Amino acid sequence: MSPLLNLATGPRTPRTIVAHVEDRPGVLARVVTLFRRRGYNIVSLTVARTHEPGVSRLTAVVDADDDTARRLEANLYKLIDVISVDDLTAAPAVIHELAMVKVNAAPRERTDVIELGKVFGARVVDVGPTTLTVQITAPRDAVDRLIAALGPHGIVDLVRTGAVAMPRGDVAPVPKADAYTLEEPDLDPDLDD
Amino acid sequence: MTAMPIAPPAPAAAGASPANTPAPFTPAPDGAELTGSQIMWEALVAAGVDCVFGYPGGAIMPAYDAMPAYPIRHVLVRHEQGAAHMAEGYARASGKVGVAIATSGPGATNLVTGIANAQLDSVPTVFITGQVSSALLGTDAFQETDVTGITLPITKHNYLVTRAEDIGPTVHEAFFVARTGRPGPVLVDITKDALQQKAIWHPPKGEPRRRGYRPDLRAREADLERAAAMIDAADRPVIFCGHGVVRAGASRLLQDFVARTGIPVASTLLGLGGFPATHPLSLGMMGMHGEAWVNTSIQEADLLIALGMRFDDRVTGRLATYAPHARKIHVDIDPSEIHKNVRVDLPILDDVARVLTALEPRVKRRDRKAWMQRIDALRGDSAVRDIRNLPDDGHLYAAHVILDLWRLTEGKAIVVTDVGQHQMWEAQYYKHDHPRKLITSGGLGTMGFALPAAIGARMACPDDEVWVVAGDGGFQMTACELSTLAQEDAKVNVAIINNGFLGMVRQWQQFFYQGRYVATPMRSPDFVKLAEAHGLTGLRVTKRSEIEAAYATAKATPGTVVIDFRVEQEDAVYPMVPSGADLHDMIRRPAPASAIVEKPEDF
Repeated sequence: MSPLLNLATGPRTPRTIVAHVEDRPGVLARVVTLFRRRGYNIVSLTVARTHEPGVSRLTAVVDADDDTARRLEANLYKLIDVISVDDLTAAPAVIHELAMVKVNAAPRERTDVIELGKVFGARVVDVGPTTLTVQITAPRDAVDRLIAALGPHGIVDLVRTGAVAMPRGDVAPVPKADAYTLEEPDLDPDLDD
Repeated sequence: MTAMPIAPPAPAAAGASPANTPAPFTPAPDGAELTGSQIMWEALVAAGVDCVFGYPGGAIMPAYDAMPAYPIRHVLVRHEQGAAHMAEGYARASGKVGVAIATSGPGATNLVTGIANAQLDSVPTVFITGQVSSALLGTDAFQETDVTGITLPITKHNYLVTRAEDIGPTVHEAFFVARTGRPGPVLVDITKDALQQKAIWHPPKGEPRRRGYRPDLRAREADLERAAAMIDAADRPVIFCGHGVVRAGASRLLQDFVARTGIPVASTLLGLGGFPATHPLSLGMMGMHGEAWVNTSIQEADLLIALGMRFDDRVTGRLATYAPHARKIHVDIDPSEIHKNVRVDLPILDDVARVLTALEPRVKRRDRKAWMQRIDALRGDSAVRDIRNLPDDGHLYAAHVILDLWRLTEGKAIVVTDVGQHQMWEAQYYKHDHPRKLITSGGLGTMGFALPAAIGARMACPDDEVWVVAGDGGFQMTACELSTLAQEDAKVNVAIINNGFLGMVRQWQQFFYQGRYVATPMRSPDFVKLAEAHGLTGLRVTKRSEIEAAYATAKATPGTVVIDFRVEQEDAVYPMVPSGADLHDMIRRPAPASAIVEKPEDF
């Protein structure tokens, strides 16, 4: 465990952090170097371009407690190529990942697999002579459950994209207008009045 | 008298760089077609650069070829690490951005230690490196190194430039990034073909705009109000003066704030001079080698007001028992420092100078006499152990060498220290009353820093007296830069605290490794002859009674003077908080009745 996690506050839970970054060579290396150097444990990381020219969007899921997550946000903010950082963990947000699971399915087993997929809202995207490939787009725990359910059929191949996230409603994570702000500090009650 | 001045140095070596002769200069007009090299120098001149430190080589040769037309002094170093430290020394002494230049491959990798040092001490610096031509990038070409990759975690930001037209805007942005927010090193790697190609030059206008870079953080009104309430309520507060106070130019503001609040000030190593050491409310340096009263008062405090410092492990000791009774206000420009080492009650993200300006009218006028009486009592307890009160017993102690340096330079010199025991003795005994007068390697602890950094300080402040205080070990790491001093005909005086050991490691071996002195006894060259071999002056001092005459000779002699102080070999720095121990759990200097030099079994 990184010594930086010594001040751990609260349990370590998966955090979903969204950052807009400059679409420049080396940006991903900067972000990944930061994670490695400060000892953050990456659960998943996805990056792709956005509708805005020159801007890429990055979604990172990390295992962290409150303070560690806040410092990660602050450290990302320090990177010159990072335009905005938002922690969507506590915010109302759609957090999905896509998975494709290729499972053994002889012709007479196909119906079972297809029905199972339907329960999870997954669909079949490829049919092989003895396999089916099922695709799901859902929150991480639903993906986990589908994979567990398909397990008895025998998983031949599996790919997950890692989470992507978007706030619900009309809000969009935008570059903070002025600058970085901290969460409200914990103050003694007598000073709070 | 062993102090023996020798003949003054010969004039600067033949073949001094033609770049050092001033030439009439007019900046190129907007729209002029220039080579990438010319654009690089135009951009440096536009950034206010008057001196660079560097070493030529294949990939950077086009830039060197264009240099003589520009009003910039070039200091030819003997090793690129020296160039990096010189740029740091220049920046630390002047407050401006320091610049070092090197070629690709080994030239660039030799800069790395200096870049890491600048990163840990937040020194505004720009490093320009040549790179192989863009067509050869990634082919393992001769002298190709992925220097932007190597320096990624040790720079504030870095750039790889492959087109001439990008050089101007990139250099402009590099200087902006280096000096704003929390300052730091920025590296610009330029391919040889970009230096050779032509492009249209546009002089920079205004501050560069980057949507992801907003260094100008501002405190919230409510937080300033809370801070004022916490300060007013505190009976035993201590202010921490960190490097941020020096960087923000907030020394005067801090003195005004202290005059109003009566709050004593403890300093970090890099904060020394940010608050006058001779001020009655100055406590001195805190932490591992801070005086006992400083650390004890921190442990007894009910409020810590940390200004531009980062609660480094050398400052706090064991975190679990650190300042247990104190609420903590942390003022810093870098949000990632908040709650990093110490959980604080009130973080304020802003420039220290702006915060002090905003806070002063909000806090009550108080004198806090009882608290100062308590601290003075702690001080009195330590005074009896003070080596300054030791009569001359025929031995030469480093503390006396430094105390006399302070006395004889009237506390006004720029002192550049290396890393180790001498560095701590300097911090304890040279009373810095002014900011930017102590230049030392704090965060990285880079041995070999002092001599080159002092050359940088000399170039930045030609009218100041500049002293190097270095150990015999660290001095040898970059002693080649004596040759640079000789060629530049620059005067930097050098006090080598020569104890024949890697002293601080020896001290740890004495305290924590049962006195097994493994690989710490060190044989050095004859430093007097070494100075003379460079055409400089060398002196040797072996007795306390000789110190004063040696300093007088150093002052009067033109050119650099190197003094070899043969000090007590097994002296130790006291007090000492062992690494990871409670801040109040110090190894104290033995009382004068016992020997100054303790044997390991005494601990």
